[in-house]
Amino acid sequence: MLEIKDLHASINGKEILKGINLSVKTGEVHAIMGPNGSGKSTLSNVLVGHPAYEVTKGTVTFDGKDLLTLSPEDRSHEGLFLSFQYPVEIPGVSMVNFMRTAVNEQRKYKGLPALSASEFLKLMREKRAVVELDNKLANRSVNEGFSGGEKKRNEIFQMAMLEPKLSILDETDSGLDIDALRIVAEGVNRLKTPETSVLVITHYQRLLDYIKPDVVHVLYKGRIVKTAGPELALELEEKGYDWIKKELGE
Amino acid sequence: MKAEQQYIDLFTQYEGMINQHSAEVMNHFRRQAFEDFCRLGFPTRKQERYKYTDMAKLFLPDYGLNLNRLDIPVNPYEVFKCDVPNMSTALYFVVNDAFYSKALPTGHLPEGVLLGSLREMAEQRPELVARYYGKLAGTSKDAIVALNTMLAQDGLLLYVPKGVVLEKPIQLVNILRADVDFMANRRVLIVLEEKAQAKLLVCDHAMDRVNFLTTQVVEVFAGAGSTFDWYELEETHNATVRCSNLFVRQESDSNVLLNGMTLHNGITRNTTEVILTGRGAEVNLLGMAIEDKQQRVDNHTFIDHAVPDCTSNELFKYVLDDSAVGAFAGKVLVREGAQHTSSRQTNRNLCATREARMYTQPQLEIYADDVKCSHGATVGQLNEDALFYMRQRGIPQKEARLLLMFAFVNEVIDEIRLEALKNRLHHLVEKRFRGELNKCQGCAMCK
Repeated sequence: MLEIKDLHASINGKEILKGINLSVKTGEVHAIMGPNGSGKSTLSNVLVGHPAYEVTKGTVTFDGKDLLTLSPEDRSHEGLFLSFQYPVEIPGVSMVNFMRTAVNEQRKYKGLPALSASEFLKLMREKRAVVELDNKLANRSVNEGFSGGEKKRNEIFQMAMLEPKLSILDETDSGLDIDALRIVAEGVNRLKTPETSVLVITHYQRLLDYIKPDVVHVLYKGRIVKTAGPELALELEEKGYDWIKKELGE
Repeated sequence: MKAEQQYIDLFTQYEGMINQHSAEVMNHFRRQAFEDFCRLGFPTRKQERYKYTDMAKLFLPDYGLNLNRLDIPVNPYEVFKCDVPNMSTALYFVVNDAFYSKALPTGHLPEGVLLGSLREMAEQRPELVARYYGKLAGTSKDAIVALNTMLAQDGLLLYVPKGVVLEKPIQLVNILRADVDFMANRRVLIVLEEKAQAKLLVCDHAMDRVNFLTTQVVEVFAGAGSTFDWYELEETHNATVRCSNLFVRQESDSNVLLNGMTLHNGITRNTTEVILTGRGAEVNLLGMAIEDKQQRVDNHTFIDHAVPDCTSNELFKYVLDDSAVGAFAGKVLVREGAQHTSSRQTNRNLCATREARMYTQPQLEIYADDVKCSHGATVGQLNEDALFYMRQRGIPQKEARLLLMFAFVNEVIDEIRLEALKNRLHHLVEKRFRGELNKCQGCAMCK
């Protein structure tokens, strides 16, 4: 589903990603772990086409398409979703209006007619249940005045609405208490099908207790330096990142 | 005195004709206004009050006037079919500067309410009109007010007697209609006696593709405990110059809402002056401007807290695209002894391009020590993080920008106290941002 080859990217002229190679197959859950400043968030931002980052080398194909030539909105339409580490508050834009526009733009891209008001509200109701998102929040402006936990739940709610092929969860566990973490993780698991893939970016093992990865990668200084099964996450939790640095001869 | 000369010549030559086609109460002020105008001359940008708009230049071209009050061949009731959804208004028209009284709405106004041509009312009820006309709009300090007073021959009068509540909002549509470049001078007088209530929606339209110049002077007297809403919507075209002066005087416990929205225009200068003269009076002064191309909107406001225990809330928002220019100068004066004044002034602006310019000048002058006053002004761009967030969800950049701009001005629309008008404006503003309101299509309120 996702093929990243020798990806180099920089921000303000500073190179952050220095040759990433990564392959995520349909139905797989991959975790990317790594210490602070290793390039985890840069990788997710580059994949969704954030304008501040410049790709200097390498290729990314998504479902056979050259991802890097697509606009951020078309990457979304093709089925790429990012659960933001810091969801943005948008005062004055209601959740309903925001989601309706997003859903109908995606439908337009796929050549489907726009949903009627009642169809849309029914869909909202259904998907809200996935992450137990309060109706009150759905009637407010996007993320405005939401608590940290509510913002993350809202991200997964949007994921449920847009039904992406590949979801990138960027530090979705940060700022969550254990109950909220469980609700968010259960939401992700419930949305998971054999046709969809997930890329979990995280510092800690605890989210991976709920969302079980098939493959775990360690990102360090802009490169993937180690790839293994789920047991790697446990080992990192226990020993930290120092042994990997040692293995690399640092 | 180049720009002034043609108006001086005009008045000198046609004073008799102007008077003949107007009312004695209005004529009474003309001589003095003329002398004031000659003395003052058009304001230059060196004057603080007109720092952002070169008035003399706007008045320099040669416009036609209709001093002889020839009939304008148009029946506005046929041109405009008004069906603002769920809003039933009593609809009236002023064509250029003449009240259209040939076919008035049949709905009966409550006993004692006067609504109609200012000129006719001034002839029928001279003692009533004389009590108010020209009492707020002094001609000695402002040349534009002086010019209007010396040339205006008609307009609208609304008089609501003590305790009378007008349930139905009144809609006044100003239509500019001419085959040559044209100047209209309009006068509006609104009197609400004690505990009276009224809501007025004024729409400004330009029907023909000629250059228009309008001056408008509005005087509002809000009696004790009265409630008055004034919504003004400009939707003219790029070749229209509008100079409006709105004066409001509020007595104790009166509640006034003033909301001026510029949806489409050429060059607009709106001056609003409110004096709070009775305890417990509250004014909500709002404004919104959506501009693009070379359009200009200059709002100048002055709120005078003359007595204690009054409240003023002021909010102006501008969205400027292309090479548009916006200006906001707002002064709040809290006089000595006006304790327990509560005053809030906010001006927020969005510049969507590098070429768009916004000038903002908030001013607070306080001579009392137990008051709550704040003011703030910002000029900024669209939030890039919000834009990207929306694009990641599949909302195209253009659409995302639109949603953000729409959200920005919503705050002003949400203060409207007429549900149907609020909904209608949401729709109109969206159309405006989508560029579907780029010319006057008749009364957009009505389509």
